[in-house]
Amino acid sequence: MATAVSILPAQQLAVLEDAYRSAVARKRLKATLATAVFCAVLVVAAFGAEVNLRTLFTYFGNFVSYFDRIFTLESGARVWTDPVEWFWGWQKWLRMLGETILISYVGTLVGAVFAFALNFFAAQNTSPAPWLRFTVRRLLEFARTVPGIVFALIFVIAFGLGPMAGVLAIAIHCTGALGKLFAEIVENADMKPVEGIRSTGASWLSCMRFAVLPQVSAGYASYALLRFEINVREASVMGFVGAGGIGQELVVAIRKFYYSDVSAILVTIIITVFIIDISTGWLRGRLFGKETRG
Amino acid sequence: MSQLPRLDTEQLRAKYPAVFDRPASARLAMPATIVAALAIFVFGLVDLDFSPSKLISGISQLGWITMMMIPPNPGASFPLYMHALGETLSIAVLGTTLAAVVALPVSLLATRNIIPSNFIRFPVRRFLDSIRGVDTLIWALVWINVVGLGPFAGVLAIAVSDFGAFGKLFSEAIEAADRKQVEGIRASGGSALHEIRFGLLPQVLPVIAGQVLYFIESNTRSATIIGIVGAGGIGLQLAEQIRVLEWQKVSFLILMILIAVAAIDFISSKLRFAIIGQRAVA
Repeated sequence: MATAVSILPAQQLAVLEDAYRSAVARKRLKATLATAVFCAVLVVAAFGAEVNLRTLFTYFGNFVSYFDRIFTLESGARVWTDPVEWFWGWQKWLRMLGETILISYVGTLVGAVFAFALNFFAAQNTSPAPWLRFTVRRLLEFARTVPGIVFALIFVIAFGLGPMAGVLAIAIHCTGALGKLFAEIVENADMKPVEGIRSTGASWLSCMRFAVLPQVSAGYASYALLRFEINVREASVMGFVGAGGIGQELVVAIRKFYYSDVSAILVTIIITVFIIDISTGWLRGRLFGKETRG
Repeated sequence: MSQLPRLDTEQLRAKYPAVFDRPASARLAMPATIVAALAIFVFGLVDLDFSPSKLISGISQLGWITMMMIPPNPGASFPLYMHALGETLSIAVLGTTLAAVVALPVSLLATRNIIPSNFIRFPVRRFLDSIRGVDTLIWALVWINVVGLGPFAGVLAIAVSDFGAFGKLFSEAIEAADRKQVEGIRASGGSALHEIRFGLLPQVLPVIAGQVLYFIESNTRSATIIGIVGAGGIGLQLAEQIRVLEWQKVSFLILMILIAVAAIDFISSKLRFAIIGQRAVA
């Protein structure tokens, strides 16, 4: 079936085309301006960060050959030809890796408990008083914004070298991050059950326990598992500042140029992170269905 | 006052056996999980050398440190710190941009609707995953070995670790793009290049721009910490002042970081909103 395309008279067309052109021109001008500003910012940033392209070109070969070196054993052979020699320290590394996972587990659990205790005060719909909400929110923000490793640096001085500082640093950072997410879940919760419970004369605590908690606990567990995954990654570098875990071994290997050890430890960390990613993803999918996977 | 009808419990029990007589496995699952979680927790506390005496002495030490931090005072080093902060922001902006520029072509290789073959897509995706599995701090240490101490190593570290994240996010954004607009362009006689330029790009670009802005924001945080291993910026100053126990300077630096992060948050959320709003209009 052929349909004739009707073409408007030239006068009408001209008006429409003019309007179209001016709209496009305005958009183009905006885009050009934005690009120009962004390029200017980049140039300023390049000066600020002392970017030296010549250094990069001279040393980029080093970056590539660094990976060549970390995959070479002292005997000159490739690492995968002799896995026993490559992973010579596997017992020590596995123990440190176990410590790393324990640090993130204990840290996540402590952080989740604190976040759980604080989040009802931070959520808009359940907080008993505005000043309390404001204080708790600022507190969580502070815990979230200061990087975990800065806390670790300070805690190493206060609590001494060792995994305890790492656990506490992760716990504080995790409290901040989870507290915010938990509060957001509570803010999305249905308030009708709360009214129902309150109408029976229940206290604030009972309202939280019987009306809000059953709605939000699945979301809490899901976010806590996700956070555990992130914390394993973070715990793997806590050792850089002396706060326990496999990072200690890694930083020694990198600084002392034990090339094949670097690759062996990196491979163990990557594999562990993979396994934990996959297993927590599976667990969350199983426990809470697809829709709550945040 | 009327009396509520009395419930016949026996009848209810008979009617809903699943509610009243849950199998033992279902009833025990929750307590068993909690006991197991607690057992691992206690084992962790013991294995990681937690002791009440250590905790108490540490907390009193921490209280003392906090007292020493007040009031925050930069001393004579304020210009130096401002310069370091500028360095940190530069590292974040430059590193993120570099990562985005390099990640865009690579992400195409990991996209299902551009490369249908699993043969190329799978290794590219695993490659990006392994890069993401390594923390930014580790990349910083590696780059310091290559280009020496300083902010340039920080830029490259952020660029490499974000490259992994961007590759994944961009390819997901491209996969999520609507095919209908591309088909529309093809139906009106557009070439493959036209399809990408007018069908795909207008959908994908705002998403990508939003993600890049978000990463600049979060990298301001990352950039503060890579200084701790010597890759420039305000983290370097912070780590130094912590090591020499200059607590007033430490608290001042932390305040500076907090304010800078809040400012960047504000600007980037405004910008992101502007970009997304534009998409809603167009």
